[in-house]
Amino acid sequence: MELLDSNVDLREVQKLEGHADRVWGLAWNPAPHNCGGASAMLASCSGDKTVRIWQMGPNRQWECSTILEDTHTRTVRSCAWSPCGKFLATASFDSTTAIWKYVGGDFECVATLEGHENEVKSVSWSSSGMFLATCSRDKTVWIWEVQPGDEYDCVAVLQGHSQDVKMAQWHPLVDVLVSVSYDNSIKVWSEDGDSDDWHCVQTLNEGSSGHTSTVWSVSFNSRGDRMVTSSDDLTLKIWDTSSAISQKDTESFAPWRHLCTLSGYHGRTIFSAHWSSEGVIASGAGDDALCLFVEEKDDAVDEPSYRLLLKKEKAHEMDINTVRWNPKDWRHLASASDDGTIKIWELREIS
Amino acid sequence: MVVGLINANPVVYEKKERRVRDPPVVVDEYAEEAIDQQEIFDILCCYLFDSGNLFTLNRKDIKDPEHPYSLEELKVVSEDSIGVDHERVRVLFAPTVEHCSMATIIGLCIRVKLMRSLPSRFKVDIFVAPGTHETEASINKQLNDKERVAAALENPNLVEIVEECLSPTFQTWT
Repeated sequence: MELLDSNVDLREVQKLEGHADRVWGLAWNPAPHNCGGASAMLASCSGDKTVRIWQMGPNRQWECSTILEDTHTRTVRSCAWSPCGKFLATASFDSTTAIWKYVGGDFECVATLEGHENEVKSVSWSSSGMFLATCSRDKTVWIWEVQPGDEYDCVAVLQGHSQDVKMAQWHPLVDVLVSVSYDNSIKVWSEDGDSDDWHCVQTLNEGSSGHTSTVWSVSFNSRGDRMVTSSDDLTLKIWDTSSAISQKDTESFAPWRHLCTLSGYHGRTIFSAHWSSEGVIASGAGDDALCLFVEEKDDAVDEPSYRLLLKKEKAHEMDINTVRWNPKDWRHLASASDDGTIKIWELREIS
Repeated sequence: MVVGLINANPVVYEKKERRVRDPPVVVDEYAEEAIDQQEIFDILCCYLFDSGNLFTLNRKDIKDPEHPYSLEELKVVSEDSIGVDHERVRVLFAPTVEHCSMATIIGLCIRVKLMRSLPSRFKVDIFVAPGTHETEASINKQLNDKERVAAALENPNLVEIVEECLSPTFQTWT
């Protein structure tokens, strides 16, 4: 991408309205062709207890094609598509996670994962599609193994966080899980080669140049050798592994180290950050603003650094809860807000 | 088990003389009218907590109509403890005793009241006044975590308590 040296702008393509309460989460379907259409597909979840599926209509406008309702009895906090694009997992304050399957042109709830003591805060599928992770206010992270026949077995209950776990996210290439928490820490979890046991292999906290307040989100770059975390301490932090992780590396764990801290860009809690396939980091915060960051290509500096590409003030009327780049179309970003709307943005050059 | 009063002998302060003001009006969400310190204070105290409901909550099992203290009289909230800067509102409240177990509930009531009374563009931060509570850091973190507040407000028992505290506050000005 040659955006680094040019002026860019985020243009609002469309505002999606329909949810009756704040929108918490968003997920782009990574394989919409497996789901009844070649066009893009976005899922959104809300305090109104529903999930909406949005698709591009015949007139090139985004439309709500399906509403998933009457399953969760409280806020739906997070949603995530399986890598094959046929399954959608939804995590709710009702302490359950529902699995929806695309069958015969419709979404059907095929499984409900129960076990957490209270609110489920986030859900994530592993890159292989074999595992699902959920985390909760009960301080635990659960790993579920996907079995034939829409069965899900809990294979691990990970304890280690001392508070509410806000988000759990699988690494894009290997079966490594990262969780972030109200206890200000980031934890990395991995499976023992021999015993199939899951362990915390690294904790990144204030002592390791980590965050000083709640960590709300984590996102990996496409190579999987860097991650970005966002926090209530008003900073974003970039973490790096000493070597790029490849599929073969699973045996030898490469620890993460603090690379840099981006501060002074947001005035309130940064609820979400997302790394695009092209290397642009988007962030959305309680100050209603969106920021974009890119790596600074400066040979004079030893350590890589990141700089602000663009800040969009008043991107929404209220707090921005989630930002997600479209994996199939790197110029398009979706944002979800307390104002009940979702916005689709296009990143474009201005001459 | 006998539940004692959290603060059996609270210090009661005199209410501040207030500038004359028109009765509260419904805030128009679309009007960009300035909202000042006193208005926030009025929302919280005058026609809100005057019934003393919040304090009687401390002694739920001991109905004590003799002491209908308001948050103002107990100096839990004062006009000076409210800061307004454009569309940012910051409220400091001081629990009457350093171990007050109702501190989170009081803070939650303040948050809900402001959430319902102010236009949605306002950003509200609520803190325990420095040095007034032994667990102020954890209370502050909880009150300003909107996800936990949202989850709390889906808890019917908690909502009932909050509604009970706030119900007189939505009545007509007298």
